[in-house]
Amino acid sequence: MKIFRSLYDARDRKTPARPQRHHPKSKTATPARADGPKTRVLRGDFRDKLHAHLDLHAHAFFSSLGRLVDSPYTTIMTITVLAIAISLASVFYIAVANLQQLAGNLEASNQISLFLRDDISEASARKFAENIRGNPAVQEVKLITKNQALEEFQTFSGFGEAIKALEKNPLPIVIQVLPKNTLEDGLELEKLLNTFKQAVEVDFAQMDMQWIKRLQSIMELARRGSTVLSLLLGVAVLFVTGNTIRLELHKRREEVVIAKLVGATNSFIQRPFLYSGFWIGFFAGVAAWFIVAVMMLIVKQPIEELSGLYEGDFHMLFLSYSETAALLFISSLLSVLSAWAVLNYQLHKLKPE
Amino acid sequence: MLKFDKVSKRYPETGDVLRNVSFHLQHGEMAFLTGHSGAGKSTLLKLIAVIERCSRGQILLDGHNVNQAKESQIPYLRRKIGLIFQDYKLLQDRTVFDNVALPLLIAGYGHHEVPRRVRAALDKVGLLGKERKYPLALSGGEQQRVGIARAVVNKPPMILADEPTGNLDPELSAEIMHLFEQFQQVGVTVLIASHDISLINQMNYRVLKLDHGQLVAG
Repeated sequence: MKIFRSLYDARDRKTPARPQRHHPKSKTATPARADGPKTRVLRGDFRDKLHAHLDLHAHAFFSSLGRLVDSPYTTIMTITVLAIAISLASVFYIAVANLQQLAGNLEASNQISLFLRDDISEASARKFAENIRGNPAVQEVKLITKNQALEEFQTFSGFGEAIKALEKNPLPIVIQVLPKNTLEDGLELEKLLNTFKQAVEVDFAQMDMQWIKRLQSIMELARRGSTVLSLLLGVAVLFVTGNTIRLELHKRREEVVIAKLVGATNSFIQRPFLYSGFWIGFFAGVAAWFIVAVMMLIVKQPIEELSGLYEGDFHMLFLSYSETAALLFISSLLSVLSAWAVLNYQLHKLKPE
Repeated sequence: MLKFDKVSKRYPETGDVLRNVSFHLQHGEMAFLTGHSGAGKSTLLKLIAVIERCSRGQILLDGHNVNQAKESQIPYLRRKIGLIFQDYKLLQDRTVFDNVALPLLIAGYGHHEVPRRVRAALDKVGLLGKERKYPLALSGGEQQRVGIARAVVNKPPMILADEPTGNLDPELSAEIMHLFEQFQQVGVTVLIASHDISLINQMNYRVLKLDHGQLVAG
């Protein structure tokens, strides 16, 4: 505001020379009231009008920012509430994206795990594995002995010491069978699984595909849940901004009434409020990004450890540049939209006296 | 310039405030609108500025039928009228300059034009040099003159004043009235609502008198 004022003051001092240089014709041809904007537009001089319009926008752009700074507590509270809502929606989004990535990695494997009976010796287990290798439907077989399993478990589970306390290795021998890719359809796989299940050596056979399928349906649930929640949070953003703008309008009611009385159009009156809406949304978006970043940093380490436990090379996804831009765009847009809706409604209701 | 043709205004709560009011103000004419409190002076002014709409009849302002103006046209109609109020209606948190510049910014004047016109308007009301003051730092008479500068800065063909001297002492009131005369002399149509009979009688202008919503003189 102050900058704008001093801007005008500065121009003010220069005025004696300027208008003449700028509109020499209007001075000589039409001395009295005919040098209004209409005549100039008719003459085709849009430049001054355009400049005036840009000036108004620039003024609204910065003065709305200035007003937010003028009442810092209200502004901070509003922006914090919005940022929390937006960051929650973003976190859901990222969580789903990460899960999807995880599921994507697993999708390729339709591996079958055969847990052998405890009384099966390693030698017979190897023989059994060889048998399976002979099955034309099988592409690859991997035997995990009790000791290998124990080692793995000790390294990754964090229960290493507890395991050592046990007298006997409780882990079974596991044979991992990777069926040929041709067995894409479930029926053939099911058949293969059943053959394994009937083998004497096998205590328990499990197709990884099954839990992938389960994971996928959980994923679908998560995806829909997060969409619904994001929509709800978006509605919350609309209402919070709308209410802030309504209060701001109420606070500046007198000014609005006077502007109306001296011939301001609704769009003139709305402009600074729309910019307020934009700033609120924009800053809430920036704050939300930081909240998300901090949340991600906090969970990053445990998640990577967890991923290590599954021998996965899982890299946590974060918001990309385009997603960050989308976040800022959506939060700004939502705020501007709600400001616009509130202003349209309130200004129609508001009579000058 | 301004023509009322059998204009009535009825409020659902209070009934008829104006009844069959007809008059015609010529271009460049100055007139007083008088009557007891509640006679309908303010309502009449509100109808001209389309703050309210009349229930019956027609109001022609500069050839435009005010009553048929669409919501979106009202701002442009109001730019033809300089409104002056008893309570000045200045923005207290803006300087005199910004207050007077408001109608120009609204009308889309460029920044070359705005300071020049603001200074011209302030010069006319004798406040040049007080641009940077805030309204509260000015006396009542000065504040009203800021209001007048704001009303004329856009060079509207018509000025409407609602009890412009209501809060001022007789001397300042006479000064303000003299200002209005000066605008009338350069061709502006002026309509002043006032119940200050002694002041009105000092000046030799047409008087429109309202009594319980009806025009009884003028």
